[in-house]
Amino acid sequence: MGCPMSKRANIQHSTFNIQHSSYPLITAAALLLVWSAAVHLTATKIFPSPTAVAKGIAQLAVSGRLWSYTIDSLGRVAAGYLAAIATGIPLGFLLGWYAPLARAVNPLIQMLRPISPLAWMPLAVIWFGIGNAAPIFLIFIASLFPIVIAAANGVRNIPPMFLQAGRNFGLSTPRLMLRVVAPAALARIAVGLRIAFGVAWLVLVAAEMIAVDSGLGYLIIDARNAGKRYDLVVGGMLLIGILGLILDTLMRRAEAWAAERR
Amino acid sequence: MKVRFRDVSMRFGDVQVLEAINLDVSEGEFVCILGPSGCGKSTLLNIAGGFIEPVAGEITIDDERVAGPDRRRIFVFQERGVFPWLTVEGNIGFGLFDLPESERRARIAHYVQLVGLNGFERSYPRELSGGMKQRVEVARALAVNPDVLYLDEPFGALDSITRLQMRSELLRIWQAERKTILFVTHDIEESVQLADRVVVLSARPGRVRRVVPIDIAHPRDLSSRRYLELRDEIFGEIGLAHKI
Repeated sequence: MGCPMSKRANIQHSTFNIQHSSYPLITAAALLLVWSAAVHLTATKIFPSPTAVAKGIAQLAVSGRLWSYTIDSLGRVAAGYLAAIATGIPLGFLLGWYAPLARAVNPLIQMLRPISPLAWMPLAVIWFGIGNAAPIFLIFIASLFPIVIAAANGVRNIPPMFLQAGRNFGLSTPRLMLRVVAPAALARIAVGLRIAFGVAWLVLVAAEMIAVDSGLGYLIIDARNAGKRYDLVVGGMLLIGILGLILDTLMRRAEAWAAERR
Repeated sequence: MKVRFRDVSMRFGDVQVLEAINLDVSEGEFVCILGPSGCGKSTLLNIAGGFIEPVAGEITIDDERVAGPDRRRIFVFQERGVFPWLTVEGNIGFGLFDLPESERRARIAHYVQLVGLNGFERSYPRELSGGMKQRVEVARALAVNPDVLYLDEPFGALDSITRLQMRSELLRIWQAERKTILFVTHDIEESVQLADRVVVLSARPGRVRRVVPIDIAHPRDLSSRRYLELRDEIFGEIGLAHKI
């Protein structure tokens, strides 16, 4: 077992004498090069070059909009996502715990789940009007289902002997929930939380295209509508991507931590 | 009598699992329930533990009918029953939630010592061997000071050397703590090594075929004539010639 492993490691060392962590940087550099070359070779007037995008982002930073938009976006995602956790986890626990309830409610969940969160946009505007509530609601709806389903599965799949042991030691149902069910289901719930966060971030852009006049999603739609500033459109996309990457990395850390204590 | 089984029968759907089990276990006694796979011996233990309601008959402990799980009688599974999200200390102290902190600490320390896990108090189960996890589970059960322990093939997942060590550990602990023990196993040798009496169950539906008192003092010499006699008697009872 040990032998082929070390051989493979040797080959990698001799051919690419570069740290693995630098690979993504190489990819990014190559992409920037191709992007830059393509813009210059085609002499396009619409699509911005990397330098134009960098200048655009610098402008945003100077005007202060970079920070205020980022903070507004993060705030909306946090509000919708935390609301989804606050409702989704108790709901998932109930569904995982009471099988008859799950049978009754499951068809409804399975019917609502495949509806794109964006389809809720008109209703969100009717219900919540102009302001933060409408995009927060969309983010809430988008992240709710993965959380409910993960929590329900997590609870349903707890090894019966853990519950039996909990009962045996005289735990009341609330105590059993807190001391056995929650920790035993944590690893699965953590996976659901990460998936839900990914969806929430995905929906952010669309959610901010309605009802609000700030945020990274708004930046993109506004930059296009008011003056065809494609440097800012692409800059907004990059900002959303990079922030998403950072947040996903943090979520993966948390998930690994939860998985470790299974 | 400490534990009394009266005409206990169990059926799952159309399958008769246990039929009219009668058995008396006295205080501090170590009883092994021995039988082939699927004879209902685990079911019997689960009924005694209050986790399953029998279709007929009843079990009483100190003349009180068993109506549900009770922390005075703790069920010990194979080592998979330890909580992976708690440390050794956390597991052992799991059932002590209503004790004041100082007493909780003292109890945990006592049982860590008793099962020989000193130095591993802060370890998580994933860092422990199978035998150590099993010790954690036994200590977790003992810490709430139960009067009866139910052990359901507790050493079944361990390697044969660890299993032998765990048996003598269990006997040592039993002699120190004087609990009544009901121990389910399909291992004839194990039952003769451990028990005061071996209750031999038949294949499904499980009935008590015979109760064999093991009249050998501890520590038992596994090559003594009496040990071999009793072992072969049970082999014979189950219908196995002791030859391969």
